[in-house]
Amino acid sequence: MPTDDRQQPGELEVNRFDHCNRRQLLGASLLLAGGLLLPAAPLRAQLEVQISRGRVQPMPVAVPDLAGGNADEQQLGRAVADIIRANLTRSGLFRIIDPAAYIEKDVAFDRPPNFGSWRVIKAQALIAGRVSVRADGRVAAAFRLWDVFAQRQILGLQFITSRNEWRRLGHKVSDAVYKAITGDEGYFDTRIVFIDESGPKKQRVKRLAIMDQDGANLRHLTDGRSLVLTPRFSPAAQRITYLSYATGVPRIYILDLATGQRQMLGEFPNMSFAPRFSPDGGRLIFSLLEGGATNLFVMDLASRQITRLTQLDAISTAPSFSPDGQHIVFESDREGTQQLYVMPASGGPARRISYGRGRYSTPVWSPRGDAIAFTRMRKGRFAIGVMRPDGSGERILTEGYHNEGPTWAPNGRVLMFFRTQRGPNGGPRLYTVDFTGYNEQRVPTPNFASDPAWSPLLK
Amino acid sequence: MGDETLHSTTMKPAAAATKEATPRRGLRLVAIMALGLALTACAKDNQPQLDPNAGTNAGLAAGQGGRGGPVTPGSERDFIVNVGDRVHFLVDQWSLTPQAQETLRKQAAWLNRYPSVTVRIEGHADERGTREYNLALSARRAQAVKRFLVSQGVAANRISTIAYGKERPIALCDAERCWSQNRRAVTVITGGARS
Repeated sequence: MPTDDRQQPGELEVNRFDHCNRRQLLGASLLLAGGLLLPAAPLRAQLEVQISRGRVQPMPVAVPDLAGGNADEQQLGRAVADIIRANLTRSGLFRIIDPAAYIEKDVAFDRPPNFGSWRVIKAQALIAGRVSVRADGRVAAAFRLWDVFAQRQILGLQFITSRNEWRRLGHKVSDAVYKAITGDEGYFDTRIVFIDESGPKKQRVKRLAIMDQDGANLRHLTDGRSLVLTPRFSPAAQRITYLSYATGVPRIYILDLATGQRQMLGEFPNMSFAPRFSPDGGRLIFSLLEGGATNLFVMDLASRQITRLTQLDAISTAPSFSPDGQHIVFESDREGTQQLYVMPASGGPARRISYGRGRYSTPVWSPRGDAIAFTRMRKGRFAIGVMRPDGSGERILTEGYHNEGPTWAPNGRVLMFFRTQRGPNGGPRLYTVDFTGYNEQRVPTPNFASDPAWSPLLK
Repeated sequence: MGDETLHSTTMKPAAAATKEATPRRGLRLVAIMALGLALTACAKDNQPQLDPNAGTNAGLAAGQGGRGGPVTPGSERDFIVNVGDRVHFLVDQWSLTPQAQETLRKQAAWLNRYPSVTVRIEGHADERGTREYNLALSARRAQAVKRFLVSQGVAANRISTIAYGKERPIALCDAERCWSQNRRAVTVITGGARS
């Protein structure tokens, strides 16, 4: 096992900028006037993307390279802008207008832009900023988000971080813009832990790996000597839990990304597996093999006290907490085939929620609480879907030969899963899809990849 | 610059209603196309690619039994060639088929004849299931084999089990003739056999 496991990003500093001059008043009054003229329109920002309605018309946005005072800063400014442009494009909610079309070539950061020149190219929003390398070596990205038609600043922020984490500047700006325009938290300054798969299908080497949500900064967390599976992020901290065959008995491990410290959950004589953190990160729910049966248990990580949740001669596994920690959803074959059940997190009666045709598996509660994602198997096809926690409103997001294992972005708007291609040389790849079922995107990984798990937003 | 004071935003969050998307019209078309792909893929891949070396009882599976001269009674190769080291399961099942029971009776008789031998039952599932359920299912298969061997007089403390789910396929085509090979429990000798 490698010892250099510290994967905790550093502290990131945030500053806010005021609206930068009198135009603010002008913009506000224009907005107000618009509201008065069109009383049906609510008084809110005009830049708005509704992401709950299926396919959206992407908002045209202009993102010039961030300015810089010297060649180093300019290069950094271009790279940060590339990240912003890629993030916003992949979200499916924004369309980046080709920078070659920009008329105003150098947007000053501390003055409003020439709105007319951005209106001409039909930009609804403009992200203008600058990058600076500070005396202490850290890097800063300051930006303003402009509403081109209302001629007003929506947002002005500066992020500062260490040089080696410069990519986070692009992610932080993307998150701020996403939130300002959609009203939802962003998900760009996040990471994915997953299983990196290399080698032929009969001798797959599986390594625990972590990368930024856009595929950058990939690092391996295990060396491939032991089979590892099903990593899951803590929703509350930079910790992950996963299954490893390192001792010969498949067991659950917890890896603290800040310290690199690994611990085994417990030396259970039989296989313990399917771990998942509680929303506050203080408990771990998992499956334990008992004879031929698989039952659910929860461990309080501080006291190490274990509570049994199920006791049946059946398979109960793949548990996931509701975001308030009060309930769990899991799959069980207690009625014959895999189906989804919800029960109190402290134990008690389980209520079946899946009643469609087929087998239902891998339920994961949305961080928003309003949906449960799952894998559905029907007639030899594997689909990723969502349903409400009471089982109603089932909706399939993607279906094909083999799709499996959804995980939610921390904002509950995007899911990632893996898809395996047919063929003796086929293997799994990671994909994202919006909650609406639109905007499917492949997530770049150098090797095959499976079992993705999304981190919470980095601080 | 003097612009580092707090900026207050007047934006309200966009409506957070979770409205249902309409069902996707393209689905049927996609399904038909995928089927077409499946057929061509199968046509290119007719032979089950069995690999007797995969994972278990290395190099000694039935297909290679004749190699290297006579089989020593009580050896690992004796077990594999003359008894049979594996049983197969129906889809999503862990119950032992009559054929599996026949193999396991022979395994038990052999193990009773060589009481110093210890074994590990490795349970497996095919790839047409989800990961964690397949771990549980393959554990159940391994346990079913262990129980049967114990019922035939093999001491329980000679038998360990491990579940590999769908992680260790031996046949790789995307068809039932391969998946049926992968839904297996293999009795692996861990000690006490003659060389």
